[in-house]
Amino acid sequence: MFPVTLSGVRFQPNGRTVLDGVDLELGDEGITLVMGPNGAGKSVLLRTLCGLIEPSAGSLTWAGGARPERGVMMVFQHPMMIRATVLENVALGLKPLGVPGAERRRRAADILERVALADRAQDSARHLSGGEQQRLALARAWLTKPRLLLLDEPTAALDPSATAEVERIIREIRTDGTRIVMTTHNLGQATRLGDDVIFISHGRVREHTPVQRFFARPASEEARLFIQGELPWRMAL
Amino acid sequence: MSFAATFSEAFSLIASLDGRVAEIVLLSIQVSGSAVVIGTFIGLPLGAVLAIGRWPGQQVGTVLVNALMGAPAVVIGVVVYLLLSRSGPFGHFGLLFSPTAMVIAQTVLVIPLMAAIARQVVEDAWQRYAEELQVMRFNWWHSLTTLLYDCRHSLLVAVLAGLGRAMSEVGAVMIVGGNIDGVTRVMTTAIALETSKGDLPLSIALGLVLISVILILNVVAHLMRAWAMKRYG
Repeated sequence: MFPVTLSGVRFQPNGRTVLDGVDLELGDEGITLVMGPNGAGKSVLLRTLCGLIEPSAGSLTWAGGARPERGVMMVFQHPMMIRATVLENVALGLKPLGVPGAERRRRAADILERVALADRAQDSARHLSGGEQQRLALARAWLTKPRLLLLDEPTAALDPSATAEVERIIREIRTDGTRIVMTTHNLGQATRLGDDVIFISHGRVREHTPVQRFFARPASEEARLFIQGELPWRMAL
Repeated sequence: MSFAATFSEAFSLIASLDGRVAEIVLLSIQVSGSAVVIGTFIGLPLGAVLAIGRWPGQQVGTVLVNALMGAPAVVIGVVVYLLLSRSGPFGHFGLLFSPTAMVIAQTVLVIPLMAAIARQVVEDAWQRYAEELQVMRFNWWHSLTTLLYDCRHSLLVAVLAGLGRAMSEVGAVMIVGGNIDGVTRVMTTAIALETSKGDLPLSIALGLVLISVILILNVVAHLMRAWAMKRYG
């Protein structure tokens, strides 16, 4: 599956450029943070990686070949919660893999222990808090043992304690051998979790560098302003 | 007979559990209940297929279902009559003027209505979940069953609408059933016949039972939905 290579990837819906010639290579380990101002193309990049968006131009290869049928999962900012229990929602992840119902529920119960939701297994998923819903979504993805997990702002709008719990789970998933690429606006989270940072603005990758170097010596003026929280809105758009 | 006396007699027919009334009510529930059960198993998945499927003719199918939703019951009755009559393609089954024929006619009547409502309900859910289901590699069948399960409480509306249409229609069952006393006489056909004969107490008694049955079912469905919304959100 790895390396995942993007060469000159463009995405231009209705003539508007969202990704503008992205060149990128992702290895098989670690946590990569995708950062940049709103509208920079971060979420679109994740959607392109997981196959929801077909690039208008350029190429995307997986170990030099086509996208693998399985092994790539994405957790959205507002994850799907069907009208069912927490356990049923988590077990849903195994449904397309043809795992029998009883086995799905057993494995879902096990993974709920790891995300500290075992005591909520029989509650309605829609009654969970935002942080608990993110943990549920992470559990659902983790259950399928993905090789690459894409997370779209998994801690947006969460309080510090919910954020810490989600970060703990992300670290565990990584330790389990899953490559993680996630978007975030949280600079502290980037230093706590990330191995490397992809900084995007105007649909272009401005930097792809280790986290420490990104914060210590940002290569671009835009990245420096972004880190300092001073990126003017005209530059962000 | 005065207006008050007519109602008084109607109520006494119900209170005394009149044999004629009970027989007609029971057959009505059997026929319409069977049609709605069969219609549920066909109409709801059909609506879901129209909501999530991307295949040639899907738009035509949606328009067709929406158009048939308002098809007059008598027209459906005539079509089923032609299909089941001796010279029709299914004439050798000898179903015409039987409760089975009435079930078939009512099933044909309720499927488009249930499918159209289901399509709308499932399409709304599909728009919210499509990307995530795609990422999880849900195939067409898994998506369909998951969405139907998720929308099950909202789909009660489709089932109730089908039941309401089946129980209240008169044209189709009159044509394919023949309104034979003790065999194919249901509440609506009996009301039409007894009113034309001037037996208003029986008509009113049946009318009251018909409205009560529909009201009770709606109350039960409302309570179930309210409980489900509280339980599952």
